[in-house]
Amino acid sequence: MTDPRLHYLEPLRRTPFHARTAAANRLSDWGPWAGYISALSFGDTEMEYTAIRNGASVYDLCPMVKYRIAGPQAAAYLDRLTVRNVSKLSVDAVQYTVWCDDAGKVLDDGTLFRFAPDEFLLCCQERHLPWLLDATRGFHVTVAEITEEIAALSLQGPCTASVLHAAGFDVSKLKPFRIARFDFGGTELRISRTGFTGDLGYELWIDPAQALPLWDHLMTSGAPWGIRPIGTHALDVARIEAGFIITNMDFVPAEQALREDRVRSPFELALDWLVDWEKGHFNGRRALLAERKAGSKWAMVGLDIDGNIDADGALIYHNKTREVGYITAAVWSPTTKRNIALAQLERPYHSLKRENLWVEVYARRELQYAKLMLKAEVVDRPFFNPPRRRATPPGAF
Amino acid sequence: MPSSERDIVIIGGGTNGLACAARLAKSGRRVTLLEAGEICGGGATTVEFAPGYRVSGLAHLVTTLDRRVMSEMKLARHGLAYAEADMATTALGPIPLTMRRGETADLGAADARAWEALHKRLDRYAGLLAPFREMTPPRLSRKGGNDLKGLARMGLDLRRLGKAETRELLRVFLINVADLLEDDLMDDRLIGLVAFDATLGSWLGPRSPNSLLLLLNRLAGEVEGKRGAIALPKGGMGAVADAMVAALAGDGVTICTGARVATIRVEDDRAAGVTLDTGEEIPAGLVVSAISPQATLRHLAGPAHLDTGTLRQVHGIKSRGGAAKLHLALSGAPDFGGADLRHRLVIAPSVDAVERAFNPVKYGEVPDRPVMEITIPTAHEPELAPDGHHVLSAIVQFAPHGPNNRDAARAQMLENTLKVLEDHAPGLRALILHAELLMPYDIETRYGMAGGNWHHVELSVEQMLFLRPFHGAAQYESPLPGLWLASAGSHPGGGISGAAGWNAAGRILGGRT
Repeated sequence: MTDPRLHYLEPLRRTPFHARTAAANRLSDWGPWAGYISALSFGDTEMEYTAIRNGASVYDLCPMVKYRIAGPQAAAYLDRLTVRNVSKLSVDAVQYTVWCDDAGKVLDDGTLFRFAPDEFLLCCQERHLPWLLDATRGFHVTVAEITEEIAALSLQGPCTASVLHAAGFDVSKLKPFRIARFDFGGTELRISRTGFTGDLGYELWIDPAQALPLWDHLMTSGAPWGIRPIGTHALDVARIEAGFIITNMDFVPAEQALREDRVRSPFELALDWLVDWEKGHFNGRRALLAERKAGSKWAMVGLDIDGNIDADGALIYHNKTREVGYITAAVWSPTTKRNIALAQLERPYHSLKRENLWVEVYARRELQYAKLMLKAEVVDRPFFNPPRRRATPPGAF
Repeated sequence: MPSSERDIVIIGGGTNGLACAARLAKSGRRVTLLEAGEICGGGATTVEFAPGYRVSGLAHLVTTLDRRVMSEMKLARHGLAYAEADMATTALGPIPLTMRRGETADLGAADARAWEALHKRLDRYAGLLAPFREMTPPRLSRKGGNDLKGLARMGLDLRRLGKAETRELLRVFLINVADLLEDDLMDDRLIGLVAFDATLGSWLGPRSPNSLLLLLNRLAGEVEGKRGAIALPKGGMGAVADAMVAALAGDGVTICTGARVATIRVEDDRAAGVTLDTGEEIPAGLVVSAISPQATLRHLAGPAHLDTGTLRQVHGIKSRGGAAKLHLALSGAPDFGGADLRHRLVIAPSVDAVERAFNPVKYGEVPDRPVMEITIPTAHEPELAPDGHHVLSAIVQFAPHGPNNRDAARAQMLENTLKVLEDHAPGLRALILHAELLMPYDIETRYGMAGGNWHHVELSVEQMLFLRPFHGAAQYESPLPGLWLASAGSHPGGGISGAAGWNAAGRILGGRT
C-alpha cells in the first residue's frame, strides 16, 4: 500500500507482544484499539479478572497513545496545556491529569510521566498531535508521538511486587506514582507504580526490541503466582470497581463530540480536584472559572444498584418518572459483591435530590426482555480501594 | 497596588488609538497613549520622502473618516481642513471619464440610464450598511449583549426597502462586483473604475466572491455629510492625525511618542499595564491595543496567557496586503492627456485590466500592467514641493506581499508602474527626481500592518462583523481580561476612519457602541 491515505484498508497493527498474546489467545478474541488489535479476552474473562484481584495479570498496553514532550519549557508548556500543576511534579514521578479546550471541556485524560526536568511522556487514549503542536506556539518545546517506540505492559495484582522481585527487579521502595529504572538485556526498563485496576500494580516501559524477552521473563518468574495475560473485558471490570473513567466510554472528548451538549468539563466528570487554580493560566481556565461560578449541568457519580443485573447504558429516573441521567459503565462487582455503575446525573440529582433514583434495565433472559426499575443509590468512588494498593513496601503476597 | 480601571494605556497612536483615547478621556478616564514612532498618525501621516517633497505617507485620501470622530473631536476646529472636500475622479484613457460621487456626464445614453439606476441602488444599500459601521458587531448567541434597539432600527430600515429591493440586496450582497457591473453596464471605463474602487486595499480581484461588499463598505463612508465623497486634507493625511492630537491635548491625554511596547503585563490573569522596550513599566487598569491584533496577542500578550484555540484563530487570520504605495518627486507637472491634476486619477481601463493585475499576486508575482489611483497633492497645495515642482502619490495594485525576492519584486513593480504611468503621461519619467515605492512588506515594516494590509485583518466577508478580527473577540474585548482591541483589525476595519477606536471606547465605557 503506497498511498498513505489508504492506510485504513490495511489490517490493524500488531503490538510487539503479539507473538505471545496471539499464542495465548484461545478464542482469538480481538478488538480494535487505536489502530492495533488488542485482546478482549484470552478465553476466560473470569479467571483473568481473578488474576487481577488475587494473583498477577499482564495486559498489553502498547496501543496507548504516547507523546514525548521535551525542551527547556516543557513544564511551562504542560502547565499551560493541562489543568494540574506540572512544575510540582518530581522527576521520576507520574500524575493523572486532564486537558481542556478553550471552553473548558475535556479533550482527554491521561498519565504524565516526568523522566527529567525537561522531558515528559504523556499517555492517553485518543490522538492529539495537532492540538499539542499548536499549543507549542510561544514555548521552547518539542512534541512527538512515540507510540511505536515504546513497548508497555501493565502488571497488576496483589502478587505483582513478588513477581517483579522474583524477576530480579526490587520495587520494594517504589511508592505509588513513582518511577524506577532497571537494566534489562542491556536496555533500560522503566517501571512505574501505576495502573488502571485500583490494585497493587506496575507498568513496564521498554524498547520494543526487548518486548518478547521481557514477556517471557515475567511469565517464567511469575508462574508460581499464577501470572496470566488478561484482555480488556477483565480489565474493564476492575477499572469500574476502581471508579476510573475511559475516554469515549464515560465521556466524549470535546474535539470529537458532534452534538454540542455532549462535551463535559472537569466539574462534570468529578475531576475538578485536579485543577490548580493558583498556578497561572492554563487552557480553558477562564471558561472553567466562569463555570465554577455559574454551576455545571452534569455530575459524574458512582451508583450502587439493587439486584445483580448489570445496568450498562441504562437511563436513570427520579421518582421513576423524570429522566435525570444515564449510566456509562456498569458491572456486577465480583469482589465487593455489589451491582455498581458509573453514571452521569443532571445536577442536583447527584446530591440534593439524590434520593429516589431509579434505573431502567432491560434484562435479556433466554431471548426475552424483562423491564426492571431498580433502585439506585449514589455512593462514593472507588467502590474497591484496598490498602495494598498504596502500601510501601508492598505486601509479599 | 492594582491600578484602577480608570487608568487606561492605549498602544498605538494611529487614528483608531487617537479616536479611542479621545472618547475615553471625554468620559473622565486617565489615558496614556503610547506611539512607537516619532509622530502619531499611523497610516495617516505626511512625510518628507525626499528633501523638500512632502506627501501622505500611506493613505492619501479621506473617504470613511467617522462622522462621530469628526464632530465630537471637533477636528475642524483643531485644524483639519480639506484642500478639496468633494474630489472628482477621472478615469484615464483615450477618452477619459470624469465622475463625482457617481455623477458623470461622460456616458452614452444607455449606460447613463443603467448607471444612474445602479448607483442609486448601491448608494441605498450602502446607506443601510452605514449604521453598522458605528455599532459593536452583534453576536449570534442569545445573551450576546447585542444592541437590540439599533438592530431593530436597522431591521426596520431594511423593511422599508420593500420586498423586491430586499430580494435584490440579498442577491447581490455576496456577489462579485464584476458580475454585477457587467450585467447592467457596457462602458469599460466605468466598469473598470468601479471594479478598481471595490478592490482598493483588499486582496480580492473584481471577480473574487464578495467583492461587491467592499464597494458598499467604501460607499458607506461620507465626508461633510456627502456619502461616497472623496476628500484631500490640507497638508496631507498627517493633518487628520495632527488635528486629533490637538484635540487630545485639551482632553488631558498623555501622549508618549517613541514609546515601543515590549510586553503587556499580566497580573492575576488580567492585563495590568505594559512594559516598554526600555524596560519602563507603565501600570494600567485597562490596556487597549490599537495596533494589529495579531502582534498584540501573539507577541505583546503572548501565548502563555492565551488559549490554544484562540491562538489558532489568530494565526488563521488572513492578512495579505495587495497595494503598493508610490511617491514621485517631479521637476514639473505631468500631463495625463490634459486631465485636471486636481482630480483623483485612476488607471483601470477595464474590469479585465483590474483582474489581470490581481492574478499574478496569487503566485507572488508582479503584474505587467498594474492599476492605480493617483493624486497630485501639489496641484492643490504647491507648497508641498519646491517651486514649480510636484509630488505624485499613487496606490498601485496589485503587489505581491510575499514574493521570493523582495528587492527584485520591488524593482520590477516600480518599473512596470512607471511604464504604465509613462503610457498615460508621456514624458513623466523624464520629470522624476526621486521615486519611492513601498511594497506590502515595506508597509508592514514601516507601519506595523500584518502582511502590509491596511486593515491589519483583510476586509473580506469571512472576517467581518462578529468574525472580525476573529470569533470571540469581535466586540473589542480580547480573551485576556483587561485587554481590548481597537485597531483597524476590529470592526469596521481601516481606511483612516477612527470608527474602530471610537466603537471600542464606547464598549469599554459600558455602552453598546
